[in-house]
Amino acid sequence: MVKPADITRRAAIVAGFGGAGYLIANASSITLSPSFARLSRGVEDWTRINQHALLAPGQLAKEYSASDISPVFKANGTFNPGTDEYTAHVARGFADWRLTIDGMVSHPLSMSVAELRKLPSRTQITRHDCVEGWSAIGMWTGVQLGLLLKTAGMASGAKYAVFHCADNLTGEPAKGGEQSPGQYYESVGLVDAFHPQTLIAYNLNGKPLDIAHGAPLRLRVERQLGYKQAKYVQRIEITDSFAKIAGGQGGYWEDRGYEWYAGI
Amino acid sequence: MGNKLTLRSLPERFSHLLARILGVIKGQSFYRHRAPVRLTHWINALAILFLLGSGLNIFNAHSRLYWGKVGADTDHPFLSIGAVDTATGTRGITQVGPWQFDTTGFLGWSKVDGEYVSRGWPDWLTIPSYQDLADARHWHFLFAWILAINGLAYLVWSLWTRHVQKDIWPTGADIKAIPQSVIDHIKLKHPTGEAAKRYNVLQRFAYLGVIGLIALMVLTGLTMSPGFDAVCPWLIDVFGGRQSARSIHFISASLIVLFVFVHLVEVILAGAINEVRSMLTGRYVVPEEHK
Repeated sequence: MVKPADITRRAAIVAGFGGAGYLIANASSITLSPSFARLSRGVEDWTRINQHALLAPGQLAKEYSASDISPVFKANGTFNPGTDEYTAHVARGFADWRLTIDGMVSHPLSMSVAELRKLPSRTQITRHDCVEGWSAIGMWTGVQLGLLLKTAGMASGAKYAVFHCADNLTGEPAKGGEQSPGQYYESVGLVDAFHPQTLIAYNLNGKPLDIAHGAPLRLRVERQLGYKQAKYVQRIEITDSFAKIAGGQGGYWEDRGYEWYAGI
Repeated sequence: MGNKLTLRSLPERFSHLLARILGVIKGQSFYRHRAPVRLTHWINALAILFLLGSGLNIFNAHSRLYWGKVGADTDHPFLSIGAVDTATGTRGITQVGPWQFDTTGFLGWSKVDGEYVSRGWPDWLTIPSYQDLADARHWHFLFAWILAINGLAYLVWSLWTRHVQKDIWPTGADIKAIPQSVIDHIKLKHPTGEAAKRYNVLQRFAYLGVIGLIALMVLTGLTMSPGFDAVCPWLIDVFGGRQSARSIHFISASLIVLFVFVHLVEVILAGAINEVRSMLTGRYVVPEEHK
């Protein structure tokens, strides 16, 4: 005799295996669906919440010794922005390059590279992890971003620092039909922006940054992956939302499906 | 009678094995797997399938493995998969240490929609089938959380109910029975009667091993996370560096594939229908002792 409980159990088993079979057979097309994108954002939020719960705001990324420095630090993404404007900056040794900090700040700033170099600096030997899987160790010198942001003064309600860069990576199409411009940009939350190891870096391994590594200024956010480390930084915009910037996901690669929280 | 392998007994043994595989087993019904074991088993199986498929897609983004703290294009990989241009056209070349293998059509250089492309693992093995690091990472982290939570639930339950201690941890008698168990496995002789109600010693080691491998996967996976590294910097040193952790992640995944292969072969040989049914309903027909 078949009991109702058995029927429920059989239905559950059939439904479970049917669902799993559907998932396996259609994994590629499911990946492209809007609901999978929403689910992925949920997983990303969950990861970020968990990592932030474990991480004290100021907890440092591991720092290495000089003997660990990679003989060749691989460059990736843009190797040379190559625009007329950038080429002119290179010719003048970046003498006219300005870093501006604006948006939700009490005192907008605009500084030259020489002015930045006169400020107190921090040097750190850290590991750079590319989302692709490779790693390199380098020694970075620069100004703590927190110092600059303190000088600029955060307006109440400010949440993010958005980094606008001089390079355009048009090669990769944006995802989900929403075409976003190829201008490189990135963003971090204020906790990461004020982290002691977060630098506007101007030196790699004791020498001014070369073009492939982001001359004259680049970002270092040591607790996140390589694509967050924006190169050729010209402007830092403090904002409460990046929804209206480019593709609206907070960065060039984020607009192309990568996680905004790149801690893993 | 059943112990000696004679020419006369061979067809009889074969028919026994076939009957067993097809589920024609005479014996009493025995409640072998409790519901938490069955549920976590199938969730785990699904998670591992998706983690392997998406993991190979992620691997394809940089199809080289290194030992140590760092590793990139100019460093020497101990394993690499890539497409190489030769006089006779492009070939897929897989390098392991000093050895090189031509793996055209499978690794390094394989067909996608009828056209050869440069690709580490072929499209029929990866999730999604098309090459996309961002999408593969979404699947990977979704099922990584499912695997970790499911695994933790299993561990807590089985330590609490002493399932691990009683059913999986080998006893002294088990250890002494290793040689006999090895012989039985080679002869495809499966336990009957009372002995079929418990895991044999090789089974126990295999299950303990795979639990350890899954834990190693989670730990090496976390070691690759720059965020988690700031939480537990010592973890990087435990595995000898981030690139070593990435390599151990890959090697452990390969060993899990080996486990799954042996596991499935054993399920079939021990009686596919009876075994699968026991993992669905819990009920297992204990094969009667050979007369």
